[in-house]
Amino acid sequence: MLLGLIAPTGGTIRILGQEMPRRREAILARVNFSSPYVALPHDLTVRENLVVFSHLYNVAEHRRKIRDLGELFGVSHLLDRRTGRLSSGEIARVNLVKAFLNDPQILFLDEPTAALDPEAADAVRTLLMRQRDERGLTIFYTSHNMREVERLSTRIIFLHHGRIIADGPAEQIVREYGKADLEEFFVALARSEREVSQ
Amino acid sequence: MNLRQLFVLRRSFARVTDLFYWPLLDLFFFGFLSVYLGRREGAPMIAGLLLSALILWDIFFRVQQGISVSFLMELWTRNFVNLFVTPVTVTEFLVAMMVWGVVKILITATLLTTLALLLYGFNLFTLGLSLVPFVIGLIIFGWAVGTVITAIILRYGQAAETLAWSLAFLFQPFGAVFFPLSVYPQWLVGVLLLMPLPHIFEGMRAVLAGQPLPLHHLGWAFLLDAIYLLVAWAFFGYMFTLARQRGLLLKAQE
Repeated sequence: MLLGLIAPTGGTIRILGQEMPRRREAILARVNFSSPYVALPHDLTVRENLVVFSHLYNVAEHRRKIRDLGELFGVSHLLDRRTGRLSSGEIARVNLVKAFLNDPQILFLDEPTAALDPEAADAVRTLLMRQRDERGLTIFYTSHNMREVERLSTRIIFLHHGRIIADGPAEQIVREYGKADLEEFFVALARSEREVSQ
Repeated sequence: MNLRQLFVLRRSFARVTDLFYWPLLDLFFFGFLSVYLGRREGAPMIAGLLLSALILWDIFFRVQQGISVSFLMELWTRNFVNLFVTPVTVTEFLVAMMVWGVVKILITATLLTTLALLLYGFNLFTLGLSLVPFVIGLIIFGWAVGTVITAIILRYGQAAETLAWSLAFLFQPFGAVFFPLSVYPQWLVGVLLLMPLPHIFEGMRAVLAGQPLPLHHLGWAFLLDAIYLLVAWAFFGYMFTLARQRGLLLKAQE
């Protein structure tokens, strides 16, 4: 809904002071998205994919931008390789390059470390935290990895069957529910649901 | 969007096959068939009739495919969601696919026309300037059919992808493509004339027979084209809205 892919059944959505989906194009020019559940065309090289998306986002000086982001995310050596031949860790980093092409003010990241080994996941997290701090970027981050959520987030929202059941910084949620950490809160939530359904 | 298609064309054997292999097979088949029939029946016109019909049919079919297969490619590569979270509008997306359809036929039709002249001595340009409105009429109908197919795929997902290759062929036996309207039973002719194709191909045959360009056929073709294209766009808009309401844009690539 925040990206305009699903129409809301009620209420209004305002992003960067503008109404979605009425001002969809203006909003989407200032945000970006990455998910392991979508992909860049595998038969194009990384560079070709990034050039196409640079045009779609109207990126000025896209060659320089791709070069700079390639260096930043450590994918410069992959630019002329076919996207379909990359490892999942490399694809995750290329997806992040795509996500930063238009200098977004808001970034929607759907489980960006889901398919990664622990070392690659840690590298991606570190990169994201640095970008968040350097650019003053707002990141909407979905993850089932509670340690990751705790490390990255200043505000955490738990959605359960479409309803917000907890909202705040990690310490506040943990304190309110009397749990040791977010992981324990998450497991308790999942168990309570299972018991109710039984 | 079209840059992406050009990049794919450089790298995808399947897309090159679409562009050259099948049209060339058609050309060789109909070319040799017309040579054989021309000798046997003593009707030299037959090569012109069959090859003009083939090239013009290919224009319609490739334009339609330019739209629906380009759309399917985004689903197959799971790139669809990436595209629809960029500032690109649905209209821009649709127009880009329509333009790509035209680019494709410019390539294919140039090849077919040149080979038809070299191999079978048939010059499509004997149709003269009247070729232009025929081609435009076919492009518009190709856009309309391609847009409808895309809208159906949007709603029903990849289960409906076979339409991208099959639906256009429904118009081949009933579009008076390779034979005149007089072949059909009288009761059917009235129904068939509700499509632009019989008007265009009847017009083509009239010009090849040395008659003046039949303006009434041309007028009907353009009127019907305009109606079908507007209906196709409205249908696509409706399906897109429905897909957004039901969350189908996210599921389409699954």
